[in-house]
Amino acid sequence: MDNAEPLLLSLRGLTKTFPGVTALDGVDFDLRAGEVHALLGENGAGKSTLIKTLTGVYVRDGGSVHLQGTPIAPADTADAQRLGIGTVYQEVNLLPNLSVAENLFLGREPRRFGLRDARRTEAMARDLLVGYGLDIDVRRALGDCSVAVQQIVAIARAVDLSGKVLILDEPTASLDAGEVVTLFAIVRRLTARGIGVIFVTHFLDQVFALADRATVLRNGRLVGTREIAGSNRLDIVKMMLGRELETETMKRHRRQVVDAPPVVSARGLGRRAYVQPFDLDIRPGEAIGVAGLLGSGRTETAKLLFGIKQADRGALAVGGKPVRISSPRAAAALGFGFCPEDRKTEGIVGDLSVRENIALALQARRGWLRPLGRTESRALADRFIRALDIRTSDAEKPIRLLSGGNQQKALLARWLATEPRFLILDEPTRGIDVGAHAEIIRLIERLCDDGLALMVISSEIEEIVAYADRVVVLRDRSHVRTLEGEAVNVNDIVRAIAAEAVPGAAA
Amino acid sequence: MTSRNLPFFATLVVFVVAWALCAAQFPAMLSTRVAANLITDNAYLGVAAVGMTFVILSGGIDLSVGSVIAFTGVFLAVTVRAGLDPIAAILLVLVITTAFGAVMGAMIHYLETPAFIVTLAGMFFARGVCFLMTTDSIPIDHPTWDALLSVSWKIPTGGRLTLIAGIMIAATLVGIVLAHLTRFGTYVYALGGNRTSAELMGVPIARTTIAIYALSGALSGLAGLVFALYTSAGYSLAATGVELDTIAAVVIGGTLLTGGVGTVAGTFVGVMIQGLIQTYIIFDGTLSSWWTKIAVGGLLFVFILLQRVLVHLAGRSRDRLVPAT
Repeated sequence: MDNAEPLLLSLRGLTKTFPGVTALDGVDFDLRAGEVHALLGENGAGKSTLIKTLTGVYVRDGGSVHLQGTPIAPADTADAQRLGIGTVYQEVNLLPNLSVAENLFLGREPRRFGLRDARRTEAMARDLLVGYGLDIDVRRALGDCSVAVQQIVAIARAVDLSGKVLILDEPTASLDAGEVVTLFAIVRRLTARGIGVIFVTHFLDQVFALADRATVLRNGRLVGTREIAGSNRLDIVKMMLGRELETETMKRHRRQVVDAPPVVSARGLGRRAYVQPFDLDIRPGEAIGVAGLLGSGRTETAKLLFGIKQADRGALAVGGKPVRISSPRAAAALGFGFCPEDRKTEGIVGDLSVRENIALALQARRGWLRPLGRTESRALADRFIRALDIRTSDAEKPIRLLSGGNQQKALLARWLATEPRFLILDEPTRGIDVGAHAEIIRLIERLCDDGLALMVISSEIEEIVAYADRVVVLRDRSHVRTLEGEAVNVNDIVRAIAAEAVPGAAA
Repeated sequence: MTSRNLPFFATLVVFVVAWALCAAQFPAMLSTRVAANLITDNAYLGVAAVGMTFVILSGGIDLSVGSVIAFTGVFLAVTVRAGLDPIAAILLVLVITTAFGAVMGAMIHYLETPAFIVTLAGMFFARGVCFLMTTDSIPIDHPTWDALLSVSWKIPTGGRLTLIAGIMIAATLVGIVLAHLTRFGTYVYALGGNRTSAELMGVPIARTTIAIYALSGALSGLAGLVFALYTSAGYSLAATGVELDTIAAVVIGGTLLTGGVGTVAGTFVGVMIQGLIQTYIIFDGTLSSWWTKIAVGGLLFVFILLQRVLVHLAGRSRDRLVPAT
């Protein structure tokens, strides 16, 4: 890279705090004209805070932002747009019910005699989109176009309005491989015009395919900026995960190798643009760890198995019998359980008591005709509060008043109460303190010893190593490797996550 | 033809088929006189429905329409009886109803209160004010008023287009221009499509919301004037539930209750379908007039079902492309 290129955007010591959290801590970031600069980091690393500070959604607490040498402080998104910073989000923020042309020129359409000049708007829209290699009927409703076209329209609007800095926030998450190639061609055309592009993504392949440089954030801090040309995948993954591969491997709890027939057996199970088809066998008493970067398809795999999303290909057998799981209810009826990643929004019912939260899944399974009596649910709750050591003064306490670890245990109790055969835990240790971590891990081991089949999704690789018998590694929404026996260690897992994939095999 | 204007075409087909069936039984229904009367008899509904179309397109609702129509009639009757010139009274009442709508719009926007609640309050408020002015039915009797009533245009083959029919047609045409040819119209659709996106794209939300409810207020006032001309009286209990008839007309006319999709022309056809059912019942002579409500209710169910099916289909086709993360 030629360092003499002018700095388009320069962030110095950017700081943003929220009550109790430092989301950005003195981050430096540079964008040259005509470059694609990838912004990387795991969940909560501070990527979106940085973007939002830049686009005026948040006001920074400290640091400086210079655009072409001039200090700026965008007050809102419109202000940022006027200054020249446009953003395209993963979920296209345009209007599906208006036409393509109306979306492109909303609020600035040409007028004649005070009325909208539809013909000229359409001609202008066609001219604009031809520059993006898009030849479509601009009178079509945007919602009738494919997501890729919507994405391109959003980019065209952002560039037309702003024209200096384009921020692409996970633009490829909803696109298939061919569409990604088209999008990249467009981005290259824009950089050739001198526009600087900030590219936020989870897909490392795409970073290596498109970006000139990459900046990695972790826990709100800058880890470093690398020229892509001189880096390899492993360096970047290490920066993102923040651990050296020499770290001593945690002692693994050894278990008898089970040779029972699998509880759950998937063959070629998948869903278009969601998870690539995969094979998976899970035996009783076995814990399968699922590893991969954020957005690699971990949670998607769980949602497919639990019927939250329906597979559109492949077969699933439970206890040797072929089944089709069409809803979470059907999955629960088969003896499946699922503790979701975000327990605040998808798991606990904050205002209900610990007892009610624990009894919920069992009640749902029994149906509303056979209500669970108060005494019965009380006995159930007391049993699990004791068994899992849930620290609460009282089973009737609203669950939101409990600590994260105890909420997690109550959620686990909810599913254990239904006596499942197969339990999926998505990030069971996220957001809970260190002591509770160890307890959850011990609990997972105990459940396996009791003969439960477990699938545990986690970003904490040391943890996975501690309890998993086998580890499935995902990348770009496909199951790329399964590690067994001695291969279950931090080194091999990180290497598998970072390994080169076929270029362009995204989505 | 896309799936988006399918409801409008469905409405149009229903109207044409219904008229053909009626005409097969009563050939007289093909005359321009019946057509002109159809418009005259439903003029107040049609005018109010134009305003309601904008409100529903933006994703809102206006329950005050019927009360504002009654208020307008009572206000005209009371002030004309008190000696105010009818033209001045008309202008004054239109200013009042427009301002009333604007205030409701401002409350909806600035207090972040659902339109349903604000306009429900507006409905009770306007109806209450009617009773405050008078509880009697007051006839409107003034030379200017009679002059307004006598205005009409002859149409070939014997029909007569009255002033109020003219007002309805004009209101519909203005509504069409406003919805499809002005920047304001695009903003209304944008608001109904996705409020957050519209705001990010620079749509002036506050101004547009206030303008939408002011427009609905103004057109309710105009509908009240039409209703007063039609009945030549002002009565506090008049036009109860008309807001629901207008909502029905808008929905039957192919506008999505969730906002963002629909046309003013569709609403016109929706009003005409309701009128046609009434006309058929009058021609038949043996049916109870309540059959109108039953038929409208049935049609509403059918159209809401149609909308759900279309929305579901559109959602499915998009779902294939958007994975959740």
